Amino acid sequence: MMTELSLNVLDVAQNSVKAGAKLIEISVIADSHTDRLVITINDNGCGMSDEQVTKVTDPFFTTRTTREVGLGIPFFKLACETTGGAFEIKSKLDEGTLVKAEFVLSHIDRMPLGDMPATMLSLVTMNIDIDFVYRFRVNEKEFIMDTREFREVLEGIPFNTPEVSRYIKEYLEGNQTEVQGDIVI
Amino acid sequence: MKSLAELKAIRDKMQGTIGLRAEDETATRVVVGMATCGIAAGARPVLTAFVNGVQEKKLSNVMVTQTGCIGLCKYEPIVEVIEPGKDKVTYVHVTPEKADEIIEKHLVNGQVVSEYIIK
Repeated sequence: MMTELSLNVLDVAQNSVKAGAKLIEISVIADSHTDRLVITINDNGCGMSDEQVTKVTDPFFTTRTTREVGLGIPFFKLACETTGGAFEIKSKLDEGTLVKAEFVLSHIDRMPLGDMPATMLSLVTMNIDIDFVYRFRVNEKEFIMDTREFREVLEGIPFNTPEVSRYIKEYLEGNQTEVQGDIVI
Repeated sequence: MKSLAELKAIRDKMQGTIGLRAEDETATRVVVGMATCGIAAGARPVLTAFVNGVQEKKLSNVMVTQTGCIGLCKYEPIVEVIEPGKDKVTYVHVTPEKADEIIEKHLVNGQVVSEYIIK
């Protein structure tokens, strides 16, 4: 099992990377009024057939050849279902995949969100040719990071350049603190 | 909130210096396993430690990258150090503290940290 939800996000987003996505949209939306935390990962990668979609939540299904189990999606699904939440995967071949996990925010078994800036930073700086849109919302406050805006400014300087990755790190951490305020997710 | 103007300033400072980075064929590669098994075992802070350490020590000839599962899940977090012309070195059960030691001893001084390699 993962120890925090941001690690599930990192893990599931790797599937989007492997699916050849050019754009990956990740959103984390916490709402204390409806008592829900909704995490979505949406990509424009190669997608899956209907048959594959029905199998991915089975831990004994995997497309890889180095081992015989695939626990990424089952872990994420279990993490949200133990809170009384719901899990959904939609996919279409050649169009992309949407993973949506809905958690009951105040449930005792909901894992902490953890370090989302660290997850986003490693996704952005380790996959410099992929664009990411990250939306983080807590009740009425939100911020959106769109790497296409960064790319336009940078004129070819890659995201993994030390100065640039430091900027992205501070951008993510600063904005998250501002949006989150005193609320611990 | 950080502004895009700050990023523009970084761009203006960086332009012209970017060509000085090492070509891929001569670079040492540090590869961190980041599949479900690696991440669950603690690979993310290990990756961060390598990225930060390599930046701090200005090791411009070292590239930190990630890979999927290499099939040795019980040894995760696994880090491979691949130097051109040498055998690949596989470190197992790596932690951020061990990462700092590997950077200092192996990447800076060229000494393999044999107590952390796969037995």
